[in-house]
Amino acid sequence: MKKFATSLLFLTLGVAGPAFAQLRLTITQGVTDPIPIAVVPFGRAVPADGGVDVAAIVQRDLESSGRFKGMPRTDMLTTPTSAGEVDIAGFKQQRNDYVVVGKLTSLANGDITVGAELVNVLNGMRMMGQTWTVKPANLRNGAHRVADAIYEKIIGVRGAFATRIAYVSVDGKPPNQKYQLIVADADGENAQAILSRDRPLMSPAWSPDGSMLAYVSFESRVSAVYVQNIRTTQRSRVSARAGINGAPTWSPDGKKLALTLSGSNGNLDIFLLDLGTQQLQRLTDDPGIDTEANFSPDGGSIFFTSDRPGSPQVYRLTLGGNERPKRVTFTGTYNARPRVSPDGKQLAVLTLDNGAYRIGLQDLASGTMTVLSKGRQDESPSFAPNGAMVILAGRERGQGILQTVSIDGQTSLKLNADAGEVREPVWGPYLQ
Amino acid sequence: MKNFLSTAVLVATLALLAGCPGKPPEQPAQTQQPTGDTSGVDDANAVAGDDTATGGPSGELLSKRIVYFDFDKADIRADSQTVVAAHAQYLSKNPAQKVRLEGHADERGSREYNIGLGERRGQAVRRALLLQGVAEVQLSTVSYGEERPAAAGSDEQTYALNRRVEIVYLK
Repeated sequence: MKKFATSLLFLTLGVAGPAFAQLRLTITQGVTDPIPIAVVPFGRAVPADGGVDVAAIVQRDLESSGRFKGMPRTDMLTTPTSAGEVDIAGFKQQRNDYVVVGKLTSLANGDITVGAELVNVLNGMRMMGQTWTVKPANLRNGAHRVADAIYEKIIGVRGAFATRIAYVSVDGKPPNQKYQLIVADADGENAQAILSRDRPLMSPAWSPDGSMLAYVSFESRVSAVYVQNIRTTQRSRVSARAGINGAPTWSPDGKKLALTLSGSNGNLDIFLLDLGTQQLQRLTDDPGIDTEANFSPDGGSIFFTSDRPGSPQVYRLTLGGNERPKRVTFTGTYNARPRVSPDGKQLAVLTLDNGAYRIGLQDLASGTMTVLSKGRQDESPSFAPNGAMVILAGRERGQGILQTVSIDGQTSLKLNADAGEVREPVWGPYLQ
Repeated sequence: MKNFLSTAVLVATLALLAGCPGKPPEQPAQTQQPTGDTSGVDDANAVAGDDTATGGPSGELLSKRIVYFDFDKADIRADSQTVVAAHAQYLSKNPAQKVRLEGHADERGSREYNIGLGERRGQAVRRALLLQGVAEVQLSTVSYGEERPAAAGSDEQTYALNRRVEIVYLK
């Protein structure tokens, strides 16, 4: 049933409207010695598959990680669709380490079963055989799930290809700009606008179950925080108090939002809003700017930006106690917008590095900061749910683009829009 | 239009009354009770339609409606003091006139922190106007951070144009 609900979600999004600001994915940096892999065209389910080339999507996903190099199809001497048919010696001779084969099967109820197998041709072992059943409209997602599984079998970390991202796209010149809140697959495909406004939209944040986005809209000329269901596009305004309503972020249980309020006296502090009871609780109380809260994965503390020491730095506040917030970042004069890694061990922050705004990764145990990005105006880091990559916003020829960088800094790719600017990417959670 | 506006004001007022029993909506409260309004908002500062006045006061200083700021600073520079003083004088003589102070930041740094910087600048102008005799009810602030630049570009000149507070005369 749960699977069905997820499938339905993608189906609905698929027909919700025309695509917007299509993103183009380019690999900008890969490992020096990528793993050679042959992803053989899958056996098709005609006509249910609608011509979707599952193997091509799997290959593109694996290559986009920067860690794999796919064998060109034109070089393939055989096109097996099951592990038993794989000419192991032949693929090995053509310098592959792995072969992926599979086939699609139409079911009586209209669904499609995607079967995939992974063979290590160096030792001849079949490493994986798995099936996924999807609605035809979700076949791309099925392909991403195949890529996730293969990535995990070979690299040892679950892939994050079958996930979604949200971002803000902006068209037009100031002051006449159009803002859209967009949800897309992690590879930039299936982009759908869930909101379009002629006043600023900012700070999208995924609910932990991936069903909702919280964000800030200035549509009534002043800021307000909204929560929107991405499937039904139904939304509710959860905070439109006097002054600033900003920087929403969800508690790990999805029941509360931490957000920034200023009141009419203009002092920004962080509050906790219970979405069920509407109860508001103050978390910080300082004359400086306190904003950009983000929960630790266990929900026990928040990290946030505060300029109480005179310039923006990251602080950690343990919830439910009476301790004062503790300063966490000490490298340089500007560290803001903390995002906690899924394992809770690292922070991605916006850091001022030799005059350039870049994304830094701070190890929480040692306090060591590593600069991850190379731009001059990078911002808005967000971790992939597997913790292996960070998506961020950068600039290219004066336009905002999106980038992902692996946390070891070895691989990166960029996603630029066919028109206008894209910014504030947030990586969604794994969908159950 | 007028009907629409008064309806909006009525709705906003009702929402305000329903939203915050016995408490001024301006202060984020330590603990706010459930409101019965499912959206949990007070609508205290929502604006319906275009509320900006077309003309506003004229004159060399009063026609200047933008106060510029230095990088990462929120104090009103000496070259803007006379402009702020002129608006203060006009507003204290015209207590029915309301203005909205729209604070902005340049594009460098994080977006939500820049919302804070823009607000700080708006508050600096607000405080200066209050000190010079303008009534609190005449003033409201909003910060757009770096989200509504006056000029596009990534150079010092553009940044200087974007670090600003716009004094917007309302109908």
